[in-house]
Amino acid sequence: MPRTLRRWGPPLLLISPSAVLMAVFVYGLLAANAQTSMTDIHTAAQATGREPSSFVWLDNYVALLGSPAFQHSLKNLALYTVVFLAGTMFFGFLWAWLLDRPVRFEGVFRSIYLFPMAVSFVASGVVWRWLLNSNQGEQASGLNRLFQMIGLDFLQNNWWNNVDVGIAAIAIPAIWQLSGYVMALVLAGFRGIPEELREAGRMDGASEWKLYRHVLFPQLSPVALSAVIIIGHMSLKAFDLIMAISKPANYQTKVPAIDMYVFKSSFDYASSAAVGAILLVIVAALIIPYLVHISRTEKAK
Amino acid sequence: MRIRRTRPALAAGLVAASLALAACSNGGSADPTSSAPAGDDDAAAQTEVEVFTWWASGSEKLGLDALVAVFDEQHPNVEFVNGAVAGGAGSAAKDLLQSRLQANDPPDTFQAHAGAELTDYINAGQVEDVADLYVEFGLRDAFPADLVDRLTVDGKIYSIPSNIHRANVVWANPTVISESGLDPEASYASLDEWFEALDKVQDAGFTALSVATTWTQVHLLETILLAELGPEAYNGLWDGSTDWASAEVTAALEAFEKAMSYTNTDRDGLDWPDATQQVMDGQAAFNVMGDWAVAAFEEAGKAEGTDYIYFPVPGTHGVFDFLADSFTLPVGAPHPDGAKAWLETVGSLEGQVAFNKAKGSIPARTDADPTEFSPYQQTAITSFAEDTIVSSLAHGAATPIAWLNAISDATSKFTTGGGDLATFQAELVAAAAG
Repeated sequence: MPRTLRRWGPPLLLISPSAVLMAVFVYGLLAANAQTSMTDIHTAAQATGREPSSFVWLDNYVALLGSPAFQHSLKNLALYTVVFLAGTMFFGFLWAWLLDRPVRFEGVFRSIYLFPMAVSFVASGVVWRWLLNSNQGEQASGLNRLFQMIGLDFLQNNWWNNVDVGIAAIAIPAIWQLSGYVMALVLAGFRGIPEELREAGRMDGASEWKLYRHVLFPQLSPVALSAVIIIGHMSLKAFDLIMAISKPANYQTKVPAIDMYVFKSSFDYASSAAVGAILLVIVAALIIPYLVHISRTEKAK
Repeated sequence: MRIRRTRPALAAGLVAASLALAACSNGGSADPTSSAPAGDDDAAAQTEVEVFTWWASGSEKLGLDALVAVFDEQHPNVEFVNGAVAGGAGSAAKDLLQSRLQANDPPDTFQAHAGAELTDYINAGQVEDVADLYVEFGLRDAFPADLVDRLTVDGKIYSIPSNIHRANVVWANPTVISESGLDPEASYASLDEWFEALDKVQDAGFTALSVATTWTQVHLLETILLAELGPEAYNGLWDGSTDWASAEVTAALEAFEKAMSYTNTDRDGLDWPDATQQVMDGQAAFNVMGDWAVAAFEEAGKAEGTDYIYFPVPGTHGVFDFLADSFTLPVGAPHPDGAKAWLETVGSLEGQVAFNKAKGSIPARTDADPTEFSPYQQTAITSFAEDTIVSSLAHGAATPIAWLNAISDATSKFTTGGGDLATFQAELVAAAAG
C-alpha cells in the first residue's frame, strides 16, 4: 500500500490542481454553456429568473442554422478559413524552401518573416484597416492608392467591403502574420531530415525538384498536418482581427464568433451559447480526427 | 507499456477540451478585477458612491469632472468613486455592466441611455423606480413634460437624465457647397430639394454626404424616417401604431437608399469622427450626425458660419430627435444614499449647467440660462423648449437593444448590397415583430 502511494501519490498531487481547475472552468463551463443553449433565455428578465424560462432542447440550433443571417456567417467563416489556410501554407512553404538552401543572412530573413507574429491581431488590424481602405479613384488611400502610384489601377477593389467575398480580404493580414510561423515549423521539418537522405537522392540522379517532391515533402507531412490544425483552429475562432478591422454590426464581415458577441450584448444568452456550442463542434470536427490519427500512429510505433 | 499507450489519448482529450474552451470564450470581455469591492458598512456618516460610466476621455471626461466638482460641493460627506470604463463608445462598459448586474454586484449608479434601452434592466428587475425622487427633487416641473412622458414606463420612471443631445442635425462645409455652385445659405424644405443639391455636389467631384459605419447609417435612416413620415407616424413605429410594411415606410426607405448613394465608399471602416472630419477637411459637403459633432468642430478650431454650418435634417424642422444620458438607481446598490446624493446633483440646475457646458450637450432642465452656453447650444436649448420631441432610434431612446440590433443588422445587409429594398423592409417588419 505505501508503495503504491509512493508511486502514485506525488504525480496525483502535482496533477490535481490543474485537474480541478480544468474540471470546473473547462468541463463545468462547457456543460453550463450547453445547458444554456438548450433553454429559451432570450431576455435579461429570464436570465435573472424574474420571468420563466424553459428547456427547449435543440430549438435554438434549428433556428440558428435555418436563419439566412447565420448561414451567411458560416459561409464567411468557411471562406476565411480556406483563404487563411491556403495563404499561410503557401507562403510558409515557399519561404522555408527558399531559406532551406544555403542563403546569406538566413537569420535576418528568418526574423523578418517571423516578426509579424509578435504583433497582436488588434494592433495589426488597426494598421490594416487603413491599408485596406475601400475608396477608389480620387479618394483612394492605403493599398488602392499604392496600386495607382505604381500604375496597377485595375487592381483597386473594395477589399473587405465586398458583400460576397470581402471576408477573404481580412485573411490577408492574418496570412501576413502567421506565414512566418508556418515557415518556422516547416524549416524545422527540413532541418530534421538527415543530410544522408538528400545525398542518397542526389546519388541516384534525382533533380532538385524531384528530390523535394519525392524525398523531402513526404517527410514533412506530419509538420504540415500540425500547421493545418494550428492555423485552422485559430481561423475558426477568428474574432479580434475582424473586430479591429471591421465592426461587429457590419454584415459583410459577420462570422459566428461575432454573432455570439452581438447576441450576448442584447441579453440573448441562449442563442449566444448555441453559437458557442456550434463553434465548439466545428473546431472539434477538425481537432478530434487529428488526435485520433496521432494516437493511432503512436500505437503503431 | 499500457500506460504509455493511453497517454496520447488522454492528452488528446485535454487538448481538445482546452481548444474548445478557447473557442467559446472569445466573446466575453468582462473583467471582474476592475469592479470595486462592495460593502464597507462600518462607515457611519461618511458614505461613497461608485458612478459607473463610459465617460473616460475627451469632452465626456471634462463633463464628468465638472459634474463631480459640483457634487463635491453639494455633498462633501459622500466620496465619489470613478467607475468609468473606457473603450468601444460604451460597449466595453455595457459588457462589464451586464456581467456585474448578472452577478448581483451592481455599482451604486450607472450611466445608461434614457428611454427604451433601459427596458431590459427594468424587466430584469435590476433598476429601481425613481419617480419619488423626481417629486423630491422637483424634477417634474424642471424637465419638459414631453421628455418626462418619453421616460415614463407604466407610470414609473427609472432614470434621471443628465444631458440632452439632438440627433437630427446636418453639418456642412460652406466652402464645398459654394464650389459646387450652390448657395451655402440656402435652406431645404424637403429631402427631395436636398437631394437635388447633393446631386450637384457629387457632380462637382466631392463626397456629397459623408457617413461612417453601421450605427451612423442607422442614425441617418432614423432621421430620414422622421423626415418622410413626420413625428407622429415616426413615434408610431415604436409603439406599433405605424405599420412597418406600409407604403409610406417603403417610400422612406427609398429615400434612404437614395441618400446612401451619395455617401463615401469607405464608410464601413470609419466611425463618426472620421465622417465629420471629411466635412471639416473639405472632402465632403454634408454629414448627418448628433450635436456632439459641434465639439469636434470646436476642438479643431473651426469657426461657425465660415468653416461649418448646421441645420436640422431637411423635412425635420420643428422636431427635436432626442437622446439623453441618464443615471439609475440599481436594485441592491451597496450605497443607496450615496447614489441618491449623486442623482440629486445630476438633476440639479448647477450640476446640469456645469456638466453640459463642458460636454457640449444641453441641460434637460428648462430653467437654465441659455446665455451661459455656446451659440449652437443656445439654438438647441430654444428648439428643445419649442419643438416636438421624439426619441432617437440609433441611441437607445426608442427601442430595446435587441430590436435595435435587428434593425442594425438589416441596415448593414442592405447598405452593403446583401439584399434589396423589399428584403430590407421585410426584415424591418420582422424586427418590429420581435
